[in-house]
Amino acid sequence: MSAIRRPSPVLTFGKYAALAFYLIFALFPLYWLVKISITPDQLVFTEGTALWPSETTLGNFRTVIFHTDFLAYFGNSLIVSLGTAAATTLIAAGAGYAFSRFNFGGKRVIIALMLVTQMFPLLMIIAPIYKIVAAMGLLNSLTSLIVVYTAFNVPFATFLMQSFFDGIPKDLEEAAMMDGCTRFQALRKVIFPLTLPGLGATLGFVFTAAWSELLFALMLISRNEAMTFPVGLLTFVSKFSVDWGQMMAAGVLALIPSCLFFIFIQRYLVQGLTSGAVKG
Amino acid sequence: MARLQLTNVAKRYGNVEVLRDINLDIADGEFIVLVGPSGCGKSTLLRMIAGLEPISDGDFLIDGERMNDIRPRDRDIAMVFQSYALYPHMDVARNMGFSMEIRGAATAERTSRVAEAGRALGLDKLLERLPKALSGGQRQRVAMGRAIVRDPRAFLFDEPLSNLDAALRVEMRLEIARLHQRLGTTMVYVTHDQVEALTLADRIVVLNGGIIQQVGSPLELYERPANRFVAQFIGSPTMNVVAAAPDGASAVRLASGARILLPNHSGAGRAAELGIRPEHVDVVEPGTGDLDAVADVIEHLGSDTNVYTVVEGLGPIMARVRGNVPARSGDRLGLRIRPEHAHLFARDGRALAATGA
Ligand SMILES: Nc1ncnc2c1ncn2[C@@H]1O[C@H](COP(=O)(O)OP(=O)(O)OP(=O)(O)O)[C@@H](O)[C@H]1O
Ligand SMILES: [Mg+2]
Repeated sequence: MSAIRRPSPVLTFGKYAALAFYLIFALFPLYWLVKISITPDQLVFTEGTALWPSETTLGNFRTVIFHTDFLAYFGNSLIVSLGTAAATTLIAAGAGYAFSRFNFGGKRVIIALMLVTQMFPLLMIIAPIYKIVAAMGLLNSLTSLIVVYTAFNVPFATFLMQSFFDGIPKDLEEAAMMDGCTRFQALRKVIFPLTLPGLGATLGFVFTAAWSELLFALMLISRNEAMTFPVGLLTFVSKFSVDWGQMMAAGVLALIPSCLFFIFIQRYLVQGLTSGAVKG
Repeated sequence: MARLQLTNVAKRYGNVEVLRDINLDIADGEFIVLVGPSGCGKSTLLRMIAGLEPISDGDFLIDGERMNDIRPRDRDIAMVFQSYALYPHMDVARNMGFSMEIRGAATAERTSRVAEAGRALGLDKLLERLPKALSGGQRQRVAMGRAIVRDPRAFLFDEPLSNLDAALRVEMRLEIARLHQRLGTTMVYVTHDQVEALTLADRIVVLNGGIIQQVGSPLELYERPANRFVAQFIGSPTMNVVAAAPDGASAVRLASGARILLPNHSGAGRAAELGIRPEHVDVVEPGTGDLDAVADVIEHLGSDTNVYTVVEGLGPIMARVRGNVPARSGDRLGLRIRPEHAHLFARDGRALAATGA
């Protein structure tokens, strides 16, 4: 009788096949995006189904960068997304910490209300939001987008942060307080460093959500100078034609910030920072 | 130098009172052990001393100074947590020196104090490791080191050894005893483990249901338990307790019909129960003892033998005998109760004063 059963080769093969299938499924659209962005205009339709075009070009990128307003859209998106990510994470971290560590009157009601906000389809509240933003005189401003996106992302981000704080043993703060910290010092010197993965994940999540948001950006922004990149993309669609190559090139460029962001934070995401804190 | 005084201290969570009428005067340098069943409020009491839990009622003084509203950081008390609570992102040296870092001590002084504590605890080669790269026993030492480095007015321990294996537990127990001898600092120690309590304590505090049952030296609690709860909680194996009725002024009658003569016991006239520790029950020839029993299980421990018996009309009685007993399961035995070691309890569980012996 052998002590350790080796997994059967069929099972191993099956697992890898399933993973490979999933990867192709997830990555193929990205590949197609890149392919079309480097295909010369005249070949987009004639070689539409080929896996690789017979000729490649960086012309679409050149056009998008130097001859359209893309860079302005890109900049607007960066401002809105970074602003939203920062504001949301700041609020969510504070609220998440309070939910995780303190008991206070109305806590359950607040949590329930936050859940309720997540239940409505956006389309239902878009008109009231428009009226509110208009009344505040914020139409066509990046500020309006930051405020609206923050409002919509805070509930989920708060739950996310709360679960990260819940994962940090309360003993650590108490030990820090016994060691001479005020609650705020304990937070800054002990809890904050351990929450970095959580902050990174929340920042990344909110940034991506804001970066690709279209509906509100479309409704609240009509001035070209204030357009974010998803709205700007639509300018590549004219009444009679779609400039596929340029649109895809813009899409590829738009992927860069998210990719950089996740490369930057992924080491925090995989690391279990609290390991070793308690017994184990 | 720290004398800890608790006067009429109570703790409530909403309407639930988890500690009541706690009166305790802990002398400077004393080693106090809190014991009691799970949920009786040991950790809560310790945390109130630490300042991590507000005191609902009563006063807590350190060296005569009222501490109720003083923050943990200003009480100058160190605590070793059951979970160790090491800072996972700091190496061993920084973990141990953290309290000095927070208080703004000079780096040189901090380094030398950490090195000294590290040497004392056998951690000198591990100072640059992160907690996750340490074994359970090493983490435990770091947690102790963190407390020692501070040179606090008092140490609090909440079941510090409960996550260690048996051998390591014995070793660390000795280490803590040595630490107390060397530093002479006041220590309050919570444990489930009788042996830890009996070996470490100057005085043991037995808690049950949020109320102090008895405070006394290990020997006092063993020889003169204040009530049935303490009698059965302290001492291993557990004291046998059986129903008893007065039979004259100096004897009791058990449910099996046996009459136990207690010439030196003034409480016999009010007794409702009789308690006798297994080590005070002798195994004798059938028919020659106070009780006739049938052996149930015999445990040979080498130096001692545990004899579990069943007495007809009375129930199980255990005897612990020095050396070996050549009995086997099912054998008929006689049991003799040493009257000078018998305990009597009133109906409400209070111990009836034993005189003599
Ligand atoms: N935050 C709280 N709210 C309500 N009740 C609590 C709270 N914390 C503790 N208790 C109750 O107080 C009682 C005492 O708890 P405590 O942790 O002091 O027990 P303990 O003696 O340390 O037990 P153990 O030996 O299991 O550690 C328990 O009955 C517990 O349920
Ligand atoms: Mg406890």
